Amino acid sequence: MKRFLPKSLLMLITCIALLGSGSILADAERMTFKNAQSETDYTKLVNELRCLVCQNQTIADSDADLAKDLRAKVYDMVEGGQTQDQVIDYMTTRYGDFVLYRPAFKMKTLLLWLGPIVFLLLAIFFVIRWVRSQATSPQSSGLSEAQQESVRDLLNKTQ
Amino acid sequence: MIPEIGHFALVLALVVAIVQSIFPMVGAATNNLQWIAMAKPTARAQFVLLAVSFACLTAAFLESDFSVLYVANNSNTFMPTVYKVSAVWGAHEGSLLLWVLILSVWAWLVSVFSKGISSVMLARVLSVMGMIGVGFLLFMLLTSNPFDRQFPIPLQGKTLNPLLQDPGLAIHPPMLYMGYVGFSVAFAFAIAAMLGGKLDAAWARWARPWTNLAWVFLTIGIALGSWWAYYELGWGGWWFWDPVENASLLPWLVGTALIHSLAVSEKRAAFKSWTILLAILAFSLSLLGTFLVRSGVLTSVHAFASDPERGRFILIFLGLVVGSSLILYAIRAPKMRSTGKFTVISREMGLLINNVALIAMTATVLLGTLYPLFIDALGMGKISVGPPYFNTIALPLGLVLFSAMGFGLFLRWKKDSKERVFAKVRWVLLFALLIGFLVPILFMEHFDWKAAIGVALASWVSLTALLWVQEQGRSPFKLPLSIWGAAIAHIGMAVTVAGISLTSAYSTEKDVRLERGQEYQMSGYSFLFNGVKEVKGPNYIAQQGEVVVTRDGVEITTLHPEKRNYGPGTMPMTEAGIDGGILRDLFIALGEPLGKDAWSVRLYHKPVVSWIWIGAGLMGLGGLLAAFDKRYRRVRRHLAEKKVVDQAALEADATGALAKHEVAANQTGIAKDNEAPA
Amino acid sequence: MKLSALIPLGIFAVLAVFLYKGLELKPREVPSPFIGKPVPEFTLPKLMVDGKTISPNDLKGKVWMLNVFASWCVSCRAEHDVLTRFIKAEKVPVLGLNYKDQPKDAKEWLAALGNPYQHIAVDLEGSVGIDLGVYGVPETFVIDKQGIIRHKQTGPVFDETVRNDLLPLILKLREEKS
Repeated sequence: MKRFLPKSLLMLITCIALLGSGSILADAERMTFKNAQSETDYTKLVNELRCLVCQNQTIADSDADLAKDLRAKVYDMVEGGQTQDQVIDYMTTRYGDFVLYRPAFKMKTLLLWLGPIVFLLLAIFFVIRWVRSQATSPQSSGLSEAQQESVRDLLNKTQ
Repeated sequence: MIPEIGHFALVLALVVAIVQSIFPMVGAATNNLQWIAMAKPTARAQFVLLAVSFACLTAAFLESDFSVLYVANNSNTFMPTVYKVSAVWGAHEGSLLLWVLILSVWAWLVSVFSKGISSVMLARVLSVMGMIGVGFLLFMLLTSNPFDRQFPIPLQGKTLNPLLQDPGLAIHPPMLYMGYVGFSVAFAFAIAAMLGGKLDAAWARWARPWTNLAWVFLTIGIALGSWWAYYELGWGGWWFWDPVENASLLPWLVGTALIHSLAVSEKRAAFKSWTILLAILAFSLSLLGTFLVRSGVLTSVHAFASDPERGRFILIFLGLVVGSSLILYAIRAPKMRSTGKFTVISREMGLLINNVALIAMTATVLLGTLYPLFIDALGMGKISVGPPYFNTIALPLGLVLFSAMGFGLFLRWKKDSKERVFAKVRWVLLFALLIGFLVPILFMEHFDWKAAIGVALASWVSLTALLWVQEQGRSPFKLPLSIWGAAIAHIGMAVTVAGISLTSAYSTEKDVRLERGQEYQMSGYSFLFNGVKEVKGPNYIAQQGEVVVTRDGVEITTLHPEKRNYGPGTMPMTEAGIDGGILRDLFIALGEPLGKDAWSVRLYHKPVVSWIWIGAGLMGLGGLLAAFDKRYRRVRRHLAEKKVVDQAALEADATGALAKHEVAANQTGIAKDNEAPA
Repeated sequence: MKLSALIPLGIFAVLAVFLYKGLELKPREVPSPFIGKPVPEFTLPKLMVDGKTISPNDLKGKVWMLNVFASWCVSCRAEHDVLTRFIKAEKVPVLGLNYKDQPKDAKEWLAALGNPYQHIAVDLEGSVGIDLGVYGVPETFVIDKQGIIRHKQTGPVFDETVRNDLLPLILKLREEKS
């Protein structure tokens, strides 16, 4: 998401825009980037960094002063050619992992990231085990095959 | 005077709830017919008392009685009347009163619409609901009394949080609570069934319509919350995986699994213990949600109260309810052996996959929501788990669920053949894939594979639902409501998913600086900004902008986005200007004044975003139709005969003979149902 | 009793323990990742002495505190008395970081309430604040003789904070060798 910037930066952007360096232009736009990669990086980063003041918003959505400052910082770094990882590193050095809405993949988040896969595999395992156990035990119904077929038909006529 | 009456009614309600909890339950265990008979009147008395209490609190608000602390904290004389009413449940204490009132409403409904249920069973069900009521009433009277008075009496109150002064958000909590509390009915039935030791199809059949109804309310409640966030918060988003949003989603996911699992338990005497567990889980998650939003344990903009003291009380209550039900479950587990067998290719299998996918999603959302708490509690620092995590997980699990949804409708119970199913659905599958890949290419600016998958799955589910209705072989108007209900609900889900996929991939957003008279082009539309003027509302002052929207020279609409100020101590509220439509929403939000008659304005073009909530509405409609299917009502005549048998059984010990009779009676009942259109 | 039927209960029990512990935590507080690390370098103009600058190096060899404040911050006003008394009593050198403030306003504020700071740095844009991981005002850091940050207090300093956290720590750090 794109937001507004301090006046000084707006001046700088207008200057870059006037140089016609191939960015998306409409003179009303409040944020311009020197290339598409830069814009993608910026958008992704500001939408995945957590605001520390309004702690239930990303810095993209938050109106807090700190969020504005951090967006400006991300913009500077991204336009300056830094990678997403470098920006993330910068933020976590200063604010810790709290600032990342996408949890880093580390030892302590192993359970978090692998958990869903484990749940799914466990579930599949139990399902297979249960289905197999049914196949081995004998049919308890005393109906003949034909009668079973007609029962099935009756059952299937409804929901 | 009136607050005192309200308070007194609350105390009486607690007394009645205690009676309701103890006597019918003991009576059921000791075959004391008089005590059993106390269930219905106590449930009804509770409802009356709580209705009185609620009315008193509402009256206090309408009269602006600021001697009542809760009223003074949440209302003032300038507020429009409708919000004075919604302020009754706008904060912690009042919302608890609403919770217990709704609990008493459900219990009352169960006591009224229960002609087929044995009185022993009913006694246990109402008793369990009474116990839950006792917990909440104690909580209110001991820690969160809405009728507390204050001296000196202030001349003017504060205000209801401006965010809540909105029609959508006024109805959102009542809908949600109808859902959360509604799951207590299924929970109570499960407990009653376990206590009674009779885990046949009967409890599942009785619980089904109640659970469907609760699910409908919860679906609507969540959809309202999401829709509200979209039009009120001003950033075009509609779901943030915020802990409190997740707290409402968790019981919904399990509730969805439960309504499907109940179908199996009712029809096929399979999944017995699993369905009981789901019923316990659904209500437990409702209670967990109550804990999370009122204890301060998780940061959320949503949190009602951040009070560890209150949190402790709720946690103990949660522990008692969930702990005792799970202990009961463990004790009764050996008795819950399912007899219904099924093969790999069968409807049971399809519903099993449904359950697995939904529970895996539930576990994941729960894990993600609580993980920061785990890490912090273990002293390992602070981390955040946000939308990137949840969105990453939702996609694959959603894929599994949706693929199964299409097949599931066609599969036969117990045993089916791969060839038969594929013969039926292969063209639909192909068609769905085609639609999925063509829609983005033909109607959108570029191809997005996530959108394509979403649309393909949505088409798959909708088309199979329609095909299934068609293959019933009868005139659509003669079909039972439950068939229509399932089809419409599934189509609703598909519409929602299509909406989510397309809007996520193809929304456009621009943050621009506009001066009065300046025009801006976006997504084929032209936006003419005519400046901002000051407008006074009943209890706010607004900066109102005017934007004229045209397309190809034709004027579409004029929108008036606002920035409202509700007075000191409140944050400015953004009221977006929205032109909603079936195919797209145009969304305009004012940012900040930038000097010299210029403002920052955010413009959004959001294709088919309304499908998200239209789909939810369809899901609700489907659930409603299914809940009111005739056979749930007709079955009571069959089971009235059973009641006589039950009474006779009370005088003698329940023996194997009775169990066999039950099974036979059930099978007769099912067969009779299946002959007629039901 | 089937053992596997106890699994749901077991899972719930674990969960309940965590939730109980959770009631004592403070989820809104973000701990500083700088604890145990050197205080980040910066050079800022001094508020009270024109033309001079101040940097953390100037305070090396002493146990000192860095207090982030602003004239627009209400809580800073609330903690001012407690802070001033503590500083005077223990003779702790404190570098005040004037965060996103107008120097004129800051000077007026200090003139009215008293100036307990040994040095005051002017951080107009808040960039040094970001480098220190500041996210609210006031915040107070305790730095040891080697220039390592040993503690961060988010929010105002109250009497209990001084008694329980700051005072014991300052005394302990002073015992340590340079």
